[in-house]
Amino acid sequence: MKEWPLWEVFIRSKHGLAHKHVGSIHAADATMAVENARDVYTRRNEGASIWVVRSENIVSSAPGDKEILFDPSDDKVYRHPTFYEVPDEIENM
Amino acid sequence: MYSQFVDTGSDRVLSSEELEGLERAFQERIDDEITIEPRDWMPEKYRETLVRQISQHAHSEIVGMLPEGNWITRAPNLRRKLILLAKVQDEAGHGLYLYSAAETLGVSREELIDALHAGKAKYSSIFNYPTPTWADIGCIGWLVDGAAIVNQIPLCRCSYGPYARAMVRVCKEESFHQRQGYEIMLDLCRGTDEQRRMAQDAFNRWWWPCLMMFGPADGASVHSQQSMAWKIKRHTNDDLRQRFIDQTVPQAEHLGLSIPDPDLKWNEEQGHYDYGEIDWNEFWQVLKGNGPCNRERLEARRNAYEDGAWVREAARVHAEKRARREREAA
Ligand SMILES: [Fe+2]
Ligand SMILES: [Fe+2]
Repeated sequence: MKEWPLWEVFIRSKHGLAHKHVGSIHAADATMAVENARDVYTRRNEGASIWVVRSENIVSSAPGDKEILFDPSDDKVYRHPTFYEVPDEIENM
Repeated sequence: MYSQFVDTGSDRVLSSEELEGLERAFQERIDDEITIEPRDWMPEKYRETLVRQISQHAHSEIVGMLPEGNWITRAPNLRRKLILLAKVQDEAGHGLYLYSAAETLGVSREELIDALHAGKAKYSSIFNYPTPTWADIGCIGWLVDGAAIVNQIPLCRCSYGPYARAMVRVCKEESFHQRQGYEIMLDLCRGTDEQRRMAQDAFNRWWWPCLMMFGPADGASVHSQQSMAWKIKRHTNDDLRQRFIDQTVPQAEHLGLSIPDPDLKWNEEQGHYDYGEIDWNEFWQVLKGNGPCNRERLEARRNAYEDGAWVREAARVHAEKRARREREAA
């Protein structure tokens, strides 16, 4: 028998926060995926909202591309406020 | 413990200096406490070891629902019934978090469950003991979940990210399990003579099997050393068992229960309790399938799975039909 497809589950724990990945769930369709995610991942008020997405539809960067993707931002210290000199007597900056 | 004996496929543990290429880079990451994620390169043996351990753990959570499930309809009052239902439901959740962590390693849920039902995958020996009285439910929460906590806290720092994160979730939920069990024992021990006898009888039956939950001494085992080098495991079985005994004995004394081990005594010098010889023959027998409830447990799981097959099939066919209709209408 064919297994129910796999869904990734994202939960917003509180209003104002972003959805966060919590794990996965099997379900026959989207409605059931939300219901199952509710039962498995939010038994203690952990959730204000649930997203589910078919695992096969997630596109991710490859671990091997880490350097190509993320190293270029390493040497751009001027993107951080601590790079700049602010005289001691200057406030609120 | 929930995975009591995990084969790592190793004959000898190699240090990172003895390894080459990818294997070496991998071991160095582990040594630096960098978490391994599903799409990272990993040695095949690391992956297989994790599949074995995580699935044994998942199966234990699922089979572990059976001894307690036995008492849901018989709980002494509504409060206890609600609590027990919630507790058993949590265990189902733990099983599902763990299956989902195992699936990130490229195995399917179905393969894992088939292996359990075929008797090829193991689950903790502890769930092959019966629960004839209400005091057994107290003992399971207090002792079995108590032992699980001792084992699972270090697993929150396991080198494999999805397993570690599942353990964080599980640990948050476990302490309610232990407390509700201890509360059952408190009520019984403060009750009538008959209730106290029931509590002592259950405690006598669970004490030794709970110590066996941690598995045989493994300080010298190559599998244990390999698991530690990979930082899947952080402490030896004996260390965890000692921790459990040291924290549990005072709790038993508070209940007024006597520990069914004539050799148990406080060792001032060591700062630990000494304890008697564990009957490892019993442990291996239970692990091999000859415990009091092995057959019953596996049969219950198989029946539940097979009896539910038509529901899973119907839901799948219905979902496919609806999706097809939506496509045609578009
Ligand atoms: Fe659990
Ligand atoms: Fe538990």
